[in-house]
Amino acid sequence: MTLLKEPDRGTPAKPGAPTVTVEVDGLPVAVPDGTSVLRAASLAGVDIPKLCATDSLEAFGSCRLCLVEIEGRRGTPASCTTPVADGMRISTQTPKLEKLRQGVMELYISDHPLDCLTCSANGDCELQDMSGAVGLRQVRYGDDGANHRDAVKDASNPYFDFDPAKCIACSRCVRACGEVQGTFALTIEGRGFESKVSAGAGESFLDSECVSCGACVQACPTATLQEKSVVQLGMPSRSVITTCAYCGVGCSFKAELRGDELVRMVPYKDGGANEGHSCVKGRFAFGYASHPDRKLKPMVRDTISDPWREVEWDEAIQAVADRMRDIQRRHGAGSIGAISSSRCTNEEVWVVQKMVRAAFGNNNVDTCARVCHSPTGYGLKQTFGESAGTQDFKSVAAADVIMVIGANPTDAHPVFGSRMKRRLRDGARLIVIDPRRIDLVRSPHITADYHLRLKPSTNVAVINAMAHVVVTEGLIDEEFVNERCAGYPDWAELVARPDNSPEAVEAITGVPADELRAAARLYATGGNGAIYYGLGVTEHSQGSTMVMGMANLAMACGNIGRDGVGVNPLRGQNNVQGSCDMGSFPHELPGYRHVSDDAVRTVFDRHWGSSIQPEPGLRIPNMFDAAIDGSFHGLFVQGEDIAQSDPNLQHVTAALSAMELVVVQDLFLNETAKFAHVFLPGASFLEKDGTFTNAERRINRVRAVMKPRTGKHEWQIVCEIATAMGYPMSYDHPSEIMDEIAELTPTFAGVSFEVIDKLGSVQWPCNPKAPAGTPIMHIDEFVRGKGNFVPTPYVPTDERSTRRFPLVLTTGRILSQYNVGAQTRRTGNVAWHPEDVLEIHPHDAEVRGINDGDLVTLASRVGSTSLHAKISDRMPTGVVYTTFHHPVTGANVVTTEHSDWATNCPEYKVTAVQVGLTHPMIPALAD
Amino acid sequence: MANDIAIQFRLLPDRLGAEAVAGHINRFWEPRMRARLLQQIATGTTGLDPLVVAAAGLVR
Repeated sequence: MTLLKEPDRGTPAKPGAPTVTVEVDGLPVAVPDGTSVLRAASLAGVDIPKLCATDSLEAFGSCRLCLVEIEGRRGTPASCTTPVADGMRISTQTPKLEKLRQGVMELYISDHPLDCLTCSANGDCELQDMSGAVGLRQVRYGDDGANHRDAVKDASNPYFDFDPAKCIACSRCVRACGEVQGTFALTIEGRGFESKVSAGAGESFLDSECVSCGACVQACPTATLQEKSVVQLGMPSRSVITTCAYCGVGCSFKAELRGDELVRMVPYKDGGANEGHSCVKGRFAFGYASHPDRKLKPMVRDTISDPWREVEWDEAIQAVADRMRDIQRRHGAGSIGAISSSRCTNEEVWVVQKMVRAAFGNNNVDTCARVCHSPTGYGLKQTFGESAGTQDFKSVAAADVIMVIGANPTDAHPVFGSRMKRRLRDGARLIVIDPRRIDLVRSPHITADYHLRLKPSTNVAVINAMAHVVVTEGLIDEEFVNERCAGYPDWAELVARPDNSPEAVEAITGVPADELRAAARLYATGGNGAIYYGLGVTEHSQGSTMVMGMANLAMACGNIGRDGVGVNPLRGQNNVQGSCDMGSFPHELPGYRHVSDDAVRTVFDRHWGSSIQPEPGLRIPNMFDAAIDGSFHGLFVQGEDIAQSDPNLQHVTAALSAMELVVVQDLFLNETAKFAHVFLPGASFLEKDGTFTNAERRINRVRAVMKPRTGKHEWQIVCEIATAMGYPMSYDHPSEIMDEIAELTPTFAGVSFEVIDKLGSVQWPCNPKAPAGTPIMHIDEFVRGKGNFVPTPYVPTDERSTRRFPLVLTTGRILSQYNVGAQTRRTGNVAWHPEDVLEIHPHDAEVRGINDGDLVTLASRVGSTSLHAKISDRMPTGVVYTTFHHPVTGANVVTTEHSDWATNCPEYKVTAVQVGLTHPMIPALAD
Repeated sequence: MANDIAIQFRLLPDRLGAEAVAGHINRFWEPRMRARLLQQIATGTTGLDPLVVAAAGLVR
């Protein structure tokens, strides 16, 4: 594929049918009302010269290059700011316009370094293009006048340079930072000739509030904001459209290469999830794929104290097969299992669960979604009938009231966070339910109407109290409830009880009753109410209960089944949804069908020639328990670092140490690999061919930018292990795996690589009933028929603060790092987050004698670690917060074994701890 | 863990509660976990929620 340059229509598209017809240079074109003349001309095939206009931004009208003449109107209006009118006749090329444009361009060029031949943007510079387009042949002003050519370059950002000498002050970067990203870190400082782009209050880009999303770089028409990789490697020459492998937003990118070398990742305008936007991780943090730490050869060893020995693929694969079979011979079929990865493609995950079910002969397969969104799968299945979010991301633009619960979109799902902020700036109301004051609570042009700062572990008490208000104050959508739901009376009776009133639970939740009542009324009566939630909901002992509680509330208020509403999980990793869809849970076959369903098993058995067991297998925590108990001995771990990411690490490492065979398939020798006997090097997302499914059920293609550096695709390796174990599995191409998925999974029946390539992406269910997919679910009826109200009694967690451990630790993530940091720690992102820190309220710090930056010990009843303190009034008193991106900190040494009652999802968000001053940095220790 | 499940279903009438607890355990627990629970009940392990004990006969 050649370098893909998407058309730039100059101004954003307007919604609606093309009802206005105009004529541009004699060419008729029909466009929606409100469309700019500039865009209409572009759609007619006439490109009007422009510099300050680009179709990701609202018209600005500053460059004076896109001037046109309109019959019957005086002057030469800017076409970007002039809306079309029916019957308008527009001329874009006249002697008058030509002269005006040449004059404008002459002024721009008079203050621009004429180093085109050595400029990094040579060939990709709109100023250069426009000089040609307007026919500029001379600049009369010479070099003697005042200019900006000596302006100092800011190279502080790890990924891009800011060279003000090349700036034309078009404000595209400033507007992109505000309109697209919503950070408003950039501004134009000064007036007239002194005007210059400034990050913050004259700070460097690195020190400013810039979040390095890259929107400014993308918007820049010159080399003023330029990727360092382009400066170093040169302009790319070809593009491959693929999908980001970081968070569950699943942004589409153009991987732009020069030969076989990846130069940059540029967000793809036609990407359904991101529509041309990106964050610092997806846009820039891809260097881990070529990091020297990467292992490219398979390795084996007899014991975990032996050194690794590099071997050929055949030997490694045979070693896995022989040792797994040997364990089964001695300990039974159920003594081995596998963990699949939400960072891998659907096709890679599919073959792992197939290997377990058909070759291992058990259902001992689980996925890392166990420790994040398994309660979502359970809760939404019980209430709505499908284990998935209800909306597409675009839906947020139609929301009137946005309720964010236990999620931090601007850090963890930044591209969706930007979408949400755009809607909030346009007037939607905001309720945030979170112990911590996340950025959304107060950020430029956004202030939450209500921030319910609940105590950790009291989510269910809060949602029940909101439901209490809705039920007792008569705010129910009776028509929706009566026609579309079941089970309402029992649920309503429970939540209406006096002990669920906001006043009664205030002492438990810490949320003032009047604020909670007001928030509930707003959600119920404010128009389209949309709930977005994250791991602050699921990672609790009542995670599943809370998911059902939110679903109940949404049904009660009729906020399901149309644009702008819904209950929407923000998935942590890129393919959490997909890995769950693909049958990675030990109780479910693909498509969320229970293994006890004889008819479903029969379909699979016929296709696979297998005998799938009808009983559920072990979940991840159960595997650990069984390993310590002596009945589980062999584990295949695909692309996960359970020895860093899972709770109560002492327990995890004891379990791994007890196993006879641990096989790790990963890019790096991660923490889990310390306990492994076989290491199978994996492929980065740049080397994969397959699909990811994002949080909005959107199936996107992942296209290989380069061949696997290890010589094998991950799905091939799994197939070869199964084959070596005596169960032949082979495919010539991952599209054949998707064909098998479609054949065996009703919600994927219409999905194929061909369909995805044709549509760009598709949201499941995609089948004969919905051949183009399903952006919004449960429109006319719920997947299960009637929506099911499930009573959700509040049960306090067993994890309690004590005199010894008086604080509560809650964990999370930040913008620049991702999950256990295996990828982002090996990129320039460490500039922003070189270590995990402990956020602590000033009062809690003061009584402990802790100053900002002090090294402190964080201890729970299961372990302790040390890290530096960050004093922050984001935290309420009594609650501390840290991230788990760095293994040296080992935050999960501290977290406990408590878990969600329904799914075993760990209660990461609630750990009783003590914090105290310490001295030298000590490694994480178990008590 | 069985006790945690039982607490969630306490609102239900006795028989339905026991069925719900057993149903959840049958649906999500691997057989050796169920066997261990049944063994604990059979040996009179203390601390089990009465609803769990009531559900024992329905656990496969």
